[in-house]
Formats: sequence, structure tokens, C-alpha cells
Amino acid sequence: MITPSQTVGPFFGYALPYAGGPEVVPAWRPDAIGVRGRVLDGAGDPVPDALVEIWQADGNGEVPRRPGALARAGHGFSGFGRCGTDAGGGFWFSTVKPGAIGGGAPYIAVLVFARGLLKPVATRLYFPEDEAAHDGDPVLAEVPAERRATLVAEREDERAYRFDVRLQGDRETVFLGF
Amino acid sequence: MTHPPYLYPDYRSTVLRAPARELVMPKLGPDSVELAAPVFGHQELGRLDDDLTRRHAGEPLGERIIVTGRVLDSSRRPVRGALVEVWQANAAGRYAHLGDQHPAPLDPNFTGAGRCLTDDDGRYRFVTIKPGAYPWRNHPNAWRPAHIHFSVFGTAFTQRLVTQMYFPGDPLFAYDPIYQSIPDERDRERLVSRFDMETTRPEWALGYQWDIVLGDTPMEV
Repeated sequence: MITPSQTVGPFFGYALPYAGGPEVVPAWRPDAIGVRGRVLDGAGDPVPDALVEIWQADGNGEVPRRPGALARAGHGFSGFGRCGTDAGGGFWFSTVKPGAIGGGAPYIAVLVFARGLLKPVATRLYFPEDEAAHDGDPVLAEVPAERRATLVAEREDERAYRFDVRLQGDRETVFLGF
Repeated sequence: MTHPPYLYPDYRSTVLRAPARELVMPKLGPDSVELAAPVFGHQELGRLDDDLTRRHAGEPLGERIIVTGRVLDSSRRPVRGALVEVWQANAAGRYAHLGDQHPAPLDPNFTGAGRCLTDDDGRYRFVTIKPGAYPWRNHPNAWRPAHIHFSVFGTAFTQRLVTQMYFPGDPLFAYDPIYQSIPDERDRERLVSRFDMETTRPEWALGYQWDIVLGDTPMEV
């Protein structure tokens, strides 16, 4: 009964990305963090036609129930961001660090669509400074220890993180099925 | 298995992009963010966002059509306020995208992107033109059947669906590895819209009906 998935294809770039998509909050906000990374294929080459979406709790760990992701007002928090990758496979977001929900560690849900992906891949971005909370996180607990690092962003400076998504290969990102 | 596998070598781009490792299947706690979805509001959309034929000074070339249907959950309950986004080639089979090198004409009166929110009955509706088939370089003499790309948000991020809607009776189905990547023929047919005389507006546009049923997730194996 369910409608099957099909690839996003190579030509979504004029339709799905939108102005303000990567700016979940404006970068000038004092609590803003930057997240950037690249989507890479099994040969380690950049994927220039991927679409990355993020969805997250606010700074207090509350799941947002407000509109405003399509038309950013500069205030409020919708929790959703979207960024198409550039020629180098790069994407970026400006957002806030989510608060922890329940007993787990703080995380951002990440979805990647691309030409060549017949259905999206889902993963989570965790934060390196929360290492102590990672052991108790119910989702990370199900990830083999030697692969957990693929879900933890690298800290580039006080308010900036790097998170690469490797679709395939030695350091393939852990992808989640729900 | 409703959805295609990640790896389907006949669609060449999957070979280096399909994850090779098994998915980790966590049990999500009830407060997990993936079990909720972003909310979108009418004030965020433009008045003509659902009419792809009225974005430019003139009318686009091609066969004007109405495409409508309902977004439903797996219990066939309507999903209200769901954001539905569409994009497509023009009547000649050319996308308004710099990367599209198909030597078919661009239409200055057609861009081919739209969006709307479903109503209280879960219904979406777009006015557009029928897209053309177009060649691609997957294999010799490869052609995509005419299709409209759809992107849909449900009430959980795990329901997020991107897919393609096709038109009935297209002779290219049998040759298209993207369509054929769906293992079960009955599932493939769920992507084919239905010509509908009730939706058709006399002296104006042909009508097609196509319902979208969201699962719990397209990511599951």
C-alpha cells in the first residue's frame, strides 16, 4: 500500500534548495553554531548533487512545533534546515546546539538524498564534547563501537563543527533504519 | 519490500553511492526527534506556488494538466498540512537546470517547480503541463519515462518521502532502471497516476489522480 521511494535525481537544484534553507538560525545569533561537511561516495569523490536536510530539537531539548523553515523570520525556531551540496560535495548549516532529549546525548537528525540514492540515508550528528553521555545514548548503544566515530562531528572551533557523510567505503557513515 | 534497494547496478549511479554496510536499526524512544516532523504554514508559501503555468508572463507550451491526490498514512488517514513539493521537465523534456544538456528547447514561460500544503482531507493539487520524456546517459539509448518529482513531509521525519509520479501506459517503463528498481510490480504501479475524467476541466485541462501513502519510513530494509 505504501508509495515507493525514487531517487531525487540530478535536477532538483532549482526546486528544493531555497534561500535561507541552511540558516536554521541566523549566523549572527550569539548562540549560533556552524556545521559544515561534505558528502562523499565510495571512491572518496565528492557528491555534488546531494541534498542534506537536518531536523532537531531547540537549545532546551524541545521538539519545535512552529512553522518558519521556508520563510525564515530571523526569530523563533523551526528546527529544520536544507542545503544542496556544492561542486565539492560541501554543505553547511547555521543552527543552535540542541539540548538533550530524554536520557540521550544531544543530536541532530540528518537525511541525505542524491542522484544514485533510490531512497534517502538517515543518520545522526552527535557532538564530541558530549562523549560522556554517548555511552548512555540508546541509539549510539546499538552502533558497533568501532563505527561510532562516524556519527560524532569534529569540533573545528568554539562554535563550529565538521561532519562528513561517507555513503560507502572504509569509513562508511553509520546509517539508521527506523 | 516496497522501496527499491540502495544498490541496483542497472542504475549505474547507485554503484558508488549505495551504502554497503547494513543499516543499524535502533529502537527509537517516544521522544526521539525523528518521530516528529517540521511544521510548515500557509504564510510561508506564495499564492501561485501550486500553479506552475502562471509563474511567467506567458503560458507555457504543452498539454495543461491538473495533478491531484491525497497524502495518507499507512492506515489511510489523511495527512493534513503536509508540505508537497514538485519539480519536473518542460513539455519538451528539458529541465530548467544548468546541468541538463538535453538538446531540447527551454520554455521561457516554464520553470517547473511548485509546492503546496495538503488540506484537511489530505489533498494536494497542482496545475502544470505534462512533462516530456528525455534521454539520459545511464546506458545506450536510455530514456526516462515522463514523470513529476514529488517530495513529501509526513508527521514524522522517518516518513520523509521523495519519489516520482508517472503517467499511465508509458511505453518506457519496461526500459527504465529507476522505475524497475522497485522489486514488486504492484508497488511500481503505485507510482503511476490515473487519468481521471472527473478531475478533467472541460475546454481547459486534463486531470490525473495520484494518492501518496506514507510508510513508517523509506529507510527500512
